Amino acid sequence: MLASLGLILLCQLIGEAVVRGIGLPLPGPVLGLLLLLILLLARDRFAVLAHGPLRNDGVENASKGLLAHLSLLFVPAGVGVVQKLDLLASHGIAIVLVLALSVVVTLLATVLTFRLVSRLLKQQDAR
Amino acid sequence: MSDNPFSLWVYLSQSPLLWLTVTLLVYATTDAVSLATRRHPLANPVLHAMWIIGAFLLATGTSYTSYFAGAQFVHFLLGPATVALAVPLYENRWRVVSSIVPMLVALLAGSITAVVSVVLLAEFAGLPRDVVLSLAPKSVTAGVAMGIAESLHADPSLAAVAVILTGIMGAIIVTPLMNRTGVTDYRARGFAAGLAAHGIGTARAFQVDEIAGVFSGIAMSLNALVTSFLVPLAVTLLVR
Repeated sequence: MLASLGLILLCQLIGEAVVRGIGLPLPGPVLGLLLLLILLLARDRFAVLAHGPLRNDGVENASKGLLAHLSLLFVPAGVGVVQKLDLLASHGIAIVLVLALSVVVTLLATVLTFRLVSRLLKQQDAR
Repeated sequence: MSDNPFSLWVYLSQSPLLWLTVTLLVYATTDAVSLATRRHPLANPVLHAMWIIGAFLLATGTSYTSYFAGAQFVHFLLGPATVALAVPLYENRWRVVSSIVPMLVALLAGSITAVVSVVLLAEFAGLPRDVVLSLAPKSVTAGVAMGIAESLHADPSLAAVAVILTGIMGAIIVTPLMNRTGVTDYRARGFAAGLAAHGIGTARAFQVDEIAGVFSGIAMSLNALVTSFLVPLAVTLLVR
């Protein structure tokens, strides 16, 4: 458990260091995600890597434990709304409506594009 | 107990322990309620934890800064949780590889829609320029959105609030909306949830279906990449 958490943090740390180091315009944890994915794939190919957290689903279990409570992690930033009450009093309804409309349009655009493209691909395969 | 109960409160309200405890216990309660309603979208645990804790802070006159001194230990885990998304991605890699083309096209369509729609709507609603800028990255996860807002000289804390509100609304809307569109493909539904509503949408997607959760997590990480490039571009083109 500890070693697995350590490995997850190490991936994030390397991600942050690379992003800062070469000025990549993406967040460090996203690069850390790619790194952990590469490690897991490499472990299946090279048995020598299957040690410590990369053995017996160690890092897998730790990750699932973290992801099981993903929405808790947004609570502290969400409570920050108390700092913005004056702004919300003056523009709150407009902000909430704008965000709600945009989220509906985004959900629809994404899901319909996904379905359309996978249907087109299936038709092509059928031919 | 000290002679003056007030001095105990002053001590506790300044210590991280109290606010970390409050965050965990309030969330544990709202999550239990959500479970008891069989995960009804309106019983969203983040939404209810937010206003309960917020009201408590206002009632006790506690500043957000003192609150965050405790809550930051939870907030910090957003980074490691992003890294942890590698695991569901790894375990479902064949499913992911087999739908790579629809994913990439939907990613492009979705992330452009997310940014352009919010900027145009906010301009149309006559919101001030710095608010428009802070709303632009609202579909990506909090840490990334705050970084984007900072680079635009907008307000990062408003960006974080916009992100959370978007996530909550997305998590509430996604299931009924998708049921109406008649799309039963959980890959597509999950992908849309993660793209439009980042981690809160992903948490919701995992509640509904494991595959939806995986695709949601992928959409969330890819959208963080694309949006980091897209927002500065959209802002130069669209904001007056």
